[in-house]
Amino acid sequence: MAESVTATKTLDTKGMLCPKPVIETSKAVKQIAIGQVLEVLATDPASKPDLEAWSKMTGHKLLAFAEEPGPPKVFRFTIQRTR
Amino acid sequence: MTNVVTERAATAVAAEPETAQKRLVIVVTKGTLDEVYPAFILATTGAATGMAVDLYFTFWGMKLLDRRTAKKTKLSPVGNPAMGMPDFLAMLPGMTTLATWMMKRKIKKYWPTIPEMMEQAKDLGVRLHACSPTMGLMDLTEKDLIPGVDIVGASAFLGWATEPDAVTIFI
Repeated sequence: MAESVTATKTLDTKGMLCPKPVIETSKAVKQIAIGQVLEVLATDPASKPDLEAWSKMTGHKLLAFAEEPGPPKVFRFTIQRTR
Repeated sequence: MTNVVTERAATAVAAEPETAQKRLVIVVTKGTLDEVYPAFILATTGAATGMAVDLYFTFWGMKLLDRRTAKKTKLSPVGNPAMGMPDFLAMLPGMTTLATWMMKRKIKKYWPTIPEMMEQAKDLGVRLHACSPTMGLMDLTEKDLIPGVDIVGASAFLGWATEPDAVTIFI
């Protein structure tokens, strides 16, 4: 289901540490329309709990999460703008 | 009849946290690098997460809002056993400059500088407040402050801190 979603925009935060991935994600999500999907790539090990919390607080929907074995290990988030 | 009213009231209360904006209030009392970064990291992240964020600068934190010292935040190795430098060495002339240089060089790889963090915070809508009593203590006037700062007192701070959805942190 999640695989069939095409991202309107991809944000590469590889190499960035907290709080950059969350801050860049929140900026990027404002650049797409409501209902569209943003793909975020990150290497920060905190990015999963951080973006999950961000999604919970902002209401933007985390559609999918995938982990690509590295090195470096890359986390891939699929986020839908909801408002 | 009473039951209906109670149910409605309960629904209204339950629905509130979904809609009300959460607030983050950080009191910045220190003016050294290691104390200021956590404040800015939390503030920018909070704002990026949709929280209303207020940074209340008081005592040495006011150095961040003073246009003469805003870009000169340092790191002190004195009285900081976690840094591993004994105080009798840390107190030598130049050690603060050295520690600051080393820390800033390391920080640069991952984080923006403090002035950049300040700009980012402002862009994200973080509000910066100067503590009026501290300004008196440090002989500061409105003209000494960087732009975009408002001057408040303790009761303004308590006003935000007592909001039901507020989180208050002292750094």
